[in-house]
Amino acid sequence: MTESRIPIPMNRDQVIDTWFMEHRAKLIDIAAFLDRVDRSIPQSEQADFRDAAFRSAIGILTDGQPDRAKRVLALLSDHSTEMPESAHGMKGALGAVPVTNEGTA
Amino acid sequence: MRYIDPHIHMVSRTTDDYQRMAQSGCVAVTEPAFWAGFDRSSAQGFQDYFRQLTEYEPRRAAQFGIQHFTWLCINPKEADDPGFAREVISLIPEFLKCDTVLGIGEIGLNKNTRNELVILEEQIALAESHGQMILVHTPHLEDKLKGTRLIMDAIAASAVDPGRVLIDHVEEHTVAEVLDRGFWAGMTLYPDTKMTPQRAVDVIEMYGAERLWMNSAGDWGCSDPLAVPKARIEMSRRGHSQALIDRVTFDNPMTFLGQCERFRDAVVS
Repeated sequence: MTESRIPIPMNRDQVIDTWFMEHRAKLIDIAAFLDRVDRSIPQSEQADFRDAAFRSAIGILTDGQPDRAKRVLALLSDHSTEMPESAHGMKGALGAVPVTNEGTA
Repeated sequence: MRYIDPHIHMVSRTTDDYQRMAQSGCVAVTEPAFWAGFDRSSAQGFQDYFRQLTEYEPRRAAQFGIQHFTWLCINPKEADDPGFAREVISLIPEFLKCDTVLGIGEIGLNKNTRNELVILEEQIALAESHGQMILVHTPHLEDKLKGTRLIMDAIAASAVDPGRVLIDHVEEHTVAEVLDRGFWAGMTLYPDTKMTPQRAVDVIEMYGAERLWMNSAGDWGCSDPLAVPKARIEMSRRGHSQALIDRVTFDNPMTFLGQCERFRDAVVS
């Protein structure tokens, strides 16, 4: 369990009672999004890196370890150290980077 | 109830928003200079913008009993052209004399480029030479972790006290490092791309309430100028004490911003 500096003043039943329905809907949204992706026609043989990162992140949700939000954000982060000279010609943020064997690029 | 929204772009909001914020208990806002949604064509555009921030917005806010303060800079998105950025920076010292200016912000990085970093360093130096506090913008999405670390390293290389710097838009993967390095941390409550009130309250529970605040960063995009009072309701719904709610949404902003004499003297705690 993640260490709490300020304990949440609700027991587990209360937490589930309060947020289950909201997150049930979000869960179904994610399932429907993945179905939509699978039903669509790919434009190339290569998987989209965002799709791959998204599916990797889903694994974090059910691995039983703490700090899931932090680890999902870290998985979707650029861990490179190079700095381009200018932003000229660069695209906007894409929300993910290609996942490599060592983690994210 | 009363609260401070320490990061909101009121130039992009309607007067109705001031009214609703006042009705929800807002007593003060601070507005950092930012990107207007398009690149300005000249430094003169910033001159006009700085006048709007220092002359017009305080009057508009005062109609509803809200005190308006501001931070000045060239934002990181328009800082990728160093020559242009330096023209804008040269305008800032004159405006630092205004009664409602709290410091330099929101400076930072957007695409984590060397050009942006050079201008960030020059604006840190400007803050240092004029004894100003700093409000920092961190990049969004995949660029945030790298950008936040680059920004903290740049500030650490200066003589600026981290206790006079607030790093904004922190999320679960950056908040601990920001606090561990002695900075203040801001959580931005945004409907889509940033934090929800629920996640922000989770962060408070996991990392404590020391040197942490929440803001709406309400602007011209999909954003909510009432995000801070909604986060207060979220804390209350969970059963957190009124003292803790007030600490995060009023006392902490007062403590950080009160390091500026102008703010301390103007806002009665």
